[in-house]
Amino acid sequence: MKLLVAVKRVVDYNVKVRVKSDGTGVETANVKMSMNPFDEIGIEEAVRLKEAGTATEVIAISLGVQQCQETIRTALAMGADRGIHVLTDDVLEPLAVAKLMKAIVDKESPDMVILGKQAIDDDANQTGQMLAALLGWPQGTFASKLTANGDSLEVVREVDGGLETIKISLPAVITTDLRLNEPRYASLPNIMKAKKKPIDQMAPADLGVDVTPRLETVSVVEPEKREGGVKVETVAELIDKLQNEAKVI
Amino acid sequence: MKNPFETEERRAFRETVARFVEAEIKPFADQWDEDGEIPWELHEKVGALGAFGFGIDEAYGGLGFDDCFMRAAYWEEMGRCGAGGVPAAMGGRNISVAPIHDLGNEDLKMRVLPNVIAGRTGSSLAITEPGGGSDVANLKTQARQDGNHWVLNGSKTFITGGMKSDHIVVAARTGGEGLTGVSLFLVDHDSPGFSRTPLDRKMGWWCSDQATLYFDDCRVPATNMLGEQDRGFIAVMNNFNLERIGLVAQCLGMMKLCLAESIAWAQQRETFGKPMIRHQVIRHKIADMSARIDALEALVNQICWAVNESANGDDMPVAEISKAKFHATKALEFCASEAMQIMGGAGYLRGNAVERTYREVKVMAIGGGSEEIMRDLAVRQMGL
Ligand SMILES: Cc1cc2nc3c(=O)[nH]c(=O)nc-3n(C[C@H](O)[C@H](O)[C@H](O)COP(=O)(O)OP(=O)(O)OC[C@H]3O[C@@H](n4cnc5c(N)ncnc54)[C@H](O)[C@@H]3O)c2cc1C
Repeated sequence: MKLLVAVKRVVDYNVKVRVKSDGTGVETANVKMSMNPFDEIGIEEAVRLKEAGTATEVIAISLGVQQCQETIRTALAMGADRGIHVLTDDVLEPLAVAKLMKAIVDKESPDMVILGKQAIDDDANQTGQMLAALLGWPQGTFASKLTANGDSLEVVREVDGGLETIKISLPAVITTDLRLNEPRYASLPNIMKAKKKPIDQMAPADLGVDVTPRLETVSVVEPEKREGGVKVETVAELIDKLQNEAKVI
Repeated sequence: MKNPFETEERRAFRETVARFVEAEIKPFADQWDEDGEIPWELHEKVGALGAFGFGIDEAYGGLGFDDCFMRAAYWEEMGRCGAGGVPAAMGGRNISVAPIHDLGNEDLKMRVLPNVIAGRTGSSLAITEPGGGSDVANLKTQARQDGNHWVLNGSKTFITGGMKSDHIVVAARTGGEGLTGVSLFLVDHDSPGFSRTPLDRKMGWWCSDQATLYFDDCRVPATNMLGEQDRGFIAVMNNFNLERIGLVAQCLGMMKLCLAESIAWAQQRETFGKPMIRHQVIRHKIADMSARIDALEALVNQICWAVNESANGDDMPVAEISKAKFHATKALEFCASEAMQIMGGAGYLRGNAVERTYREVKVMAIGGGSEEIMRDLAVRQMGL
């Protein structure tokens, strides 16, 4: 079984995100970047499937600027076999990513594509679903457990009310949820091995995809600063504040 | 600062250690230090990262290569964990595997190294004696040959990991007075005539163990001698170089931790109607700490480069390492003290990283060669 795993380069989850002074987006200059945590979970799951003998090849894909190569290297150090980098400095919206991924799927014919349920930068939660639609493949989103049985997959999904178990046929698109697994650390021997693994580079044009944005960002603003809380003395005071200050009742 | 020697692999390894420290050590460091112990599992987890395998052949579970930058990155990131006892508890092996690997016979290496490198067992280095640690050439523990065995008599103290290690590299006197009569032995913990007791109530490094070791007609097979008879002193001295670089890099990490904690506190705490960070005196403290960090970082990088070059035949930068060691501990002393001042009373309470770092300055300034001895060695290296 051949697996494609998407790995996005995002602002590190420990970084306090700041809005650019001109309000056009989030500051990424001189900010620590890392692999999207949900994508790490995706790579981990793929590598586990390979270790279990279910998968034969794991390919890590990243789309974006030159430094995405670092993100792919991290995936290779975790155990992916090779990488594909679609190089572009353009802003990529979920639909453009899904189209690029589809073009790669057409070339590579994998049995499964694994993506994060969302990227922690813009939290779109769309790409996996769009890709499944473009491919006409079944999808198992928000996966918290994955079991491969021949040419089908049992996926336990995290849904509002609890857990839902579905059975889908392969090939399929999977998006990972937080509890699917705990990703490993890239060990030093594997970091050194990753150095020798190949990364193919191509441009969106090579894949025949037009990535021109279809959305216009009107403005990006910092969330309002939260004021410190106060302790109220009486129920009457609480009701008064809810009525006259918070204006919720 | 951007490091001119950075490579993708060095960056990736540092990243791995940093993330490991953040997720697997920091949340537990306070508790482990109060408990006086780390879980043994941590040795194995760090072993799995590859952190104990520098300079060790792959046949014995090592990495099959060495890189001083990566060694330094490990120690620096560990220095940021906020409890020096954590890397120390695992660190006996960092300073004892090289003599085993470089000087031990094949059987011994196959028996000992794979488990130690993987973190399944521990090893320690025993040089210091109750009678003194600085004057290594004058050590008193005796070893005499008896058929196919060596019989050791004497004691060692302050031995890091000494209570838990399965294997201990011991320096003992096999010849006459002075530096030409010292040999190295591998003593297994179950050797007849070997016993040990813990050193208790230390100033810092609580979650690591330091032991006094007793050799009472302790018999070890002759094949456990490491290297040539009477040639142990030079091996001990060579071994100190990488130990000291590790300590220097750890100081750098501790300094960065002090700075980060100081900034966080100074931004949040208000005095005289404004955040502390707006007071000039505090800003200058931050500047002074930061400048010392930059300088030490540049020095560490330069030394790592020189050490890597020494693998190609250049001399080991012994003088520079000695100077870096006391330079680093003095810079750490400054940063830890300033961080304490910025924290004020809150810093005086146990359970925060600045308080612990302040207490752990002295083990850095004394262990692995004291400031005084480092200055002396540096000046000797100048031919004076
Ligand atoms: C927590 C901890 C862990 C340690 N772990 C280990 C370990 O794993 N293995 C090991 O072998 N040792 C270990 N040590 C021992 C350490 O290396 C020694 O403490 C150190 O080398 C100093 O030796 P000493 O304590 O015997 O002091 P001494 O040698 O007695 O010296 C006392 C003081 O006098 C100064 N001094 C000595 N000679 C001179 C001189 N000629 N001129 C000026 N000043 C001088 C020294 O700098 C020192 O300040 C550890 C120590 C500590 C505190």
